Amino acid sequence: MEDDAPVIYGLEFQARALTAQTAETDAVRFLVGTQSLKFDNQIHIIDFDDENNIINKNVLLHQAGEIWHIGASPADKAVLTTCYNKSESHCFLLSVAPFAASLCSSFFSSDSRVVSCAAVWRMPSDWETGSHESPDESAHNPQTLELLCHLDDSTHGNAACVLWEPMGDGKRVISLADNHALLWDLQESSTQATVSSTATLEGKGQLKFTSGKWSPHHNCSQLATANDTAIRGWDLRTMSQIYCIENAHGQLVRDLDFNPNRQYYLASCGDDCKVKFWDVRSVQEPVKTLEEHSHWVWSVRYNHSHDQLVLTASSDSRLILSNMVSISSEPFGHLVDDEELSEGEELHQEDKGKEPLKDSVVSTYEEHEDSVYAAEWSSADPWLFASLSYDGRLVINRVPRALKYRILL
Amino acid sequence: MVGDGSVPVAEDPGRRRRVHGMLKLYYGLNEEGKAPEQPESLDPCDINGPHFDPELYLNKLRRECSLTELMDQETCMVRQIRSLDSDMQTLVYENYNKFISATDTIRKMKNDFKKMEDEMDCLSANMAAITEFSARISGTLQDQHAQITKLSGVHTLLRKLQFLFELPARLNKCLELQAYAQAVNTHRRARCVLQQYSHLPSFKGIQDDCHAIMDKLAQELRQKFRDGGSSAKDLSECVELLLQLDEPAEELCDKFLSHARSRLESDLQGLEAEIRPYPSTSATKDASVHGLSSTTAPGSPADGSPKNSSLPSPASNTDILEFIDRGCNEFVSSLCLVITSYQELFINHAQKGELASKNIPQMANGKLHVFVDDLAARYFMLVERRIQEEKGVGDNSLLVRALDRFHRRLQAVAKLLPGSAVPNKGTEIVIRAATERVKQYLSALQSFYMDSLTDVRQALATPRLSVAGTSVAGPASGRDAPTSLPELLSSLSASILNQIKSVLASVHLFTAKDITFSNKPYFKGEFCSQGVRESLVVSFIKFVCQSSRQFCETAGDKGGSTPPALLLLLSRLCLDYETSTISYILTLTDEQFLVQHHSPVTPVTTLCAEAREAAQKLLNHYVKVQGLIISQMLRKSVETRDWVNTIEPRNVRAVMKRVVEDTTSIDVQVGLLYEEGVRKAHSSDSSKRTFSVYSSSRQQARYAASYTPSAPMDTNLLSNIHKLFSERIDIFSSVEFNKVSVMTGIIKISLKTFLECVRLRTFGRYGLQQIQVDCHYLQMYLWRFVSDENLVHFLLDEIVGSAAHRCLDPAPMEQSVIEVICERG
Repeated sequence: MEDDAPVIYGLEFQARALTAQTAETDAVRFLVGTQSLKFDNQIHIIDFDDENNIINKNVLLHQAGEIWHIGASPADKAVLTTCYNKSESHCFLLSVAPFAASLCSSFFSSDSRVVSCAAVWRMPSDWETGSHESPDESAHNPQTLELLCHLDDSTHGNAACVLWEPMGDGKRVISLADNHALLWDLQESSTQATVSSTATLEGKGQLKFTSGKWSPHHNCSQLATANDTAIRGWDLRTMSQIYCIENAHGQLVRDLDFNPNRQYYLASCGDDCKVKFWDVRSVQEPVKTLEEHSHWVWSVRYNHSHDQLVLTASSDSRLILSNMVSISSEPFGHLVDDEELSEGEELHQEDKGKEPLKDSVVSTYEEHEDSVYAAEWSSADPWLFASLSYDGRLVINRVPRALKYRILL
Repeated sequence: MVGDGSVPVAEDPGRRRRVHGMLKLYYGLNEEGKAPEQPESLDPCDINGPHFDPELYLNKLRRECSLTELMDQETCMVRQIRSLDSDMQTLVYENYNKFISATDTIRKMKNDFKKMEDEMDCLSANMAAITEFSARISGTLQDQHAQITKLSGVHTLLRKLQFLFELPARLNKCLELQAYAQAVNTHRRARCVLQQYSHLPSFKGIQDDCHAIMDKLAQELRQKFRDGGSSAKDLSECVELLLQLDEPAEELCDKFLSHARSRLESDLQGLEAEIRPYPSTSATKDASVHGLSSTTAPGSPADGSPKNSSLPSPASNTDILEFIDRGCNEFVSSLCLVITSYQELFINHAQKGELASKNIPQMANGKLHVFVDDLAARYFMLVERRIQEEKGVGDNSLLVRALDRFHRRLQAVAKLLPGSAVPNKGTEIVIRAATERVKQYLSALQSFYMDSLTDVRQALATPRLSVAGTSVAGPASGRDAPTSLPELLSSLSASILNQIKSVLASVHLFTAKDITFSNKPYFKGEFCSQGVRESLVVSFIKFVCQSSRQFCETAGDKGGSTPPALLLLLSRLCLDYETSTISYILTLTDEQFLVQHHSPVTPVTTLCAEAREAAQKLLNHYVKVQGLIISQMLRKSVETRDWVNTIEPRNVRAVMKRVVEDTTSIDVQVGLLYEEGVRKAHSSDSSKRTFSVYSSSRQQARYAASYTPSAPMDTNLLSNIHKLFSERIDIFSSVEFNKVSVMTGIIKISLKTFLECVRLRTFGRYGLQQIQVDCHYLQMYLWRFVSDENLVHFLLDEIVGSAAHRCLDPAPMEQSVIEVICERG
């Protein structure tokens, strides 16, 4: 009972960016990027000790600017990307002490400009050891991220997000900047980035990608992007559009995720408070629509192992875990291969057949008090997930045990 | 004296009677002295009494009377005695004469008898002579008599033979004259004889001749039978004759029926020609029919209704009543005729005659049933096809009358043919037609509803356009358009109700008393409850709810395709339905149709719940759509501006004014249809409230936050505490059916959007100040619309707080300056 209680961690800054450390498969570890215009921004490395129910954190400085998006390399634990804003007339602020913030205001000129950039970073190698020896010391003298390379191209605009090649070797990333999708090759242990190909969204008005997702299927050759109310699929080999879901949502599409096990299935969420599940082979109608949130849905995430579990975060300050059995890869419960099936398991298998699970909301988490902009599953423990609200509150929750056992057994 | 008197009494009994009284008087009771009947005569002094005692009498006289009196008495007595004696003498004389005459008579009689005896003897002698003669004559005539008898026998035989010999000729003649009946009759009389004597060559010849002739006759009859030109009566005569000619009955039945069939089929074809969904099959035949009917078509009543004429089907050039009439008059009546004559011929007739033994009635009956069923099936098929074409719902009475006639005429068949399935099938057709009709009414109602919605939509669109063209002022356009909203609502609901009523009235015709099929159990029970109540009324109400819900689903996301006013109107309509209309309609239905709920029916409460749900959904959707429209304005205004490099605010931005204007017009619009609702008490100075949280504790807390090491649960404490005490706000939540709740919903959505958009931007100093001004302006005007002004305060606080947080140079504007700017604007 006790360990089903959520674990809450508070950051002193507002935050939007959250990711699981993808390459880490042993420890439950999340990265959080803060948003502050006045102080040095930080990346919090949150370690969760499942057995003792304790959070360990480490802070790294991200002095380039406030973080809007964060992505962890699937190959190298220490490598990550961020999308950040920096105001150009203001860069000196990065080096001054936080207490001086109120004094700085006089330096702003009227033509100051805020630009969005993207970069690849490496964590200092000893961040972990440092924190364990003396937490206080590390807090006072936080180490700084080491810049590997910028993912910026003067010809292309503001970066909205950076996507790592799923399950790749950490050599390829895609950045979405305004209406361009740029495929980068990282060389020389990621210190050098070159654009290998680009795709541009053409159309009336100022088109802008809001979010995107690199499909783990089809040999990682597909990308899905969202702009305004439309979802588009791209073939990375030709950098051409392969499908388009016009008006996928009534309002802006905020986030996408691919089903990790069913290659044509895609989840999307948006400002119409809905979460929709699509089969990209027939895009006229969504396969399923959820309407549980009472405000915009900012994030949707499939569980990496059990794709019936879907996590959605919304600015109604709620996090909802849904069990979408009917459109999962295991619509009839957990399918155990014959050879794996021991005698004991056979009995459970029969039990399962008696009561098939139905699509349902598993639970609604109300620990947040501000808009929840991000939610992520742990890469190490498929039953753990974290959510981050704007007020800097990170909550780590577990899938309810009853459901966990029903899925497993 | 006394001794004398007794002689004449014994001597003449004949006279005695006459003089009895007198003698009795005189003598008293000599022989019958004990006569008890004379009690007065007991007096011995009564001279006339039986107990007269002369001594006593004398003594008495002597004692009582004087001498003179005695003398007188004595003379009187003498005189009386003398008269009595003379009377007695007269009597004796008279009786003597009579004795004399009687003796004479007897003597005369004796003589007469003697004479008679002689005559009798003479007579008996004569009789004996006569007998003898007669016997002699008989003996003589005996031979001749036998001869005569024989001759007369021969004569008769000869006449019979003559008849036989003349038979062929006679038959031929009959044949020539076509007097078939006579021929058959004649032949029948001769048949047995011919049969009996067929071993004689001469008879054989005659028989053969007769056979030949009769064969010819039969042939001719059959021919006539086959030709079919003759009337039913002729035909039945034919059949009767043929039956008498020992034709096999089965074959005759078949022939009769097939002949009847050919005629009935021509009727059917005539009917079929009137239905023309398959013009190719009967195109040539149709040409003539069409030619005839096309002249009448434009004036025919079926074309009178607009629904009918709009149909492309050319089939309605005779209306259904005419069609059924024709079917009844031609097909059904000929069918009845056929059945009657057939039964007359083969069944009733056969039962009497020798044919009964051969099970012919059963066989014939079976054949008849098959025949009738077959033809009736085809007839029904045609009728059904025709009924199916009856799509227009303009005039139901025509159809009902047609069906009634159809059904009524089939009753005749039912009477004629008791075991037949035909009437049942006919009833089924009627039932099907009725259910089909109910379905059509439902779809008509539905399309009527959709049409009225389209009308409403147009009515909503037109004034808005014109006003938008003439004046730019928001409130004016907002106020003008919805003035007609309540009117539109009432006219819409009234027209729907009227339509329902008229449909109910039309459907009610099916159960009218004078309609034959209305007392079938189906029309009494199931039709009313399942047909009318469930699949018409309930379905329609459900359809209304359903279509309302569809407005929320399909058109919803873009927000533009359904005018919000229509959503509002429909929501009110559904709510009205929930409160009163549904129960009214159902009560009306139940009353009109006396629905007996054998089967479970949808209860009013379910429908009401559904309507309420639809109303709720529509209203929620209305809130959402209006909220989104305002949100969109706010979002665009936040997203498209460069907040970092903006000038010092001098005015409230136009978009905020627009937001307030739109909100006001929405408020007016909603106020037209929904009640005010309750709101929390306002603070004394609602519009002047400053952003206390922002300007004091919270803001300072944020910016004073030292760069301290992060620890769980220690940052943003104040802001978190603040939030602990404020309730969680559900943005797109359900609203109540009142104006305040609706407005609260819309404003919540708008402000939350504003907040989220602000959080995505970065602000310069003046950007923040502009937001402050804008928020204060909104604060001034929006509080009055919502149920709880704290909600507006809270959200605006959040917006300003977030803007301040997203500001590169957070130098808030003086509250007094803000107020001045806002008031100036």
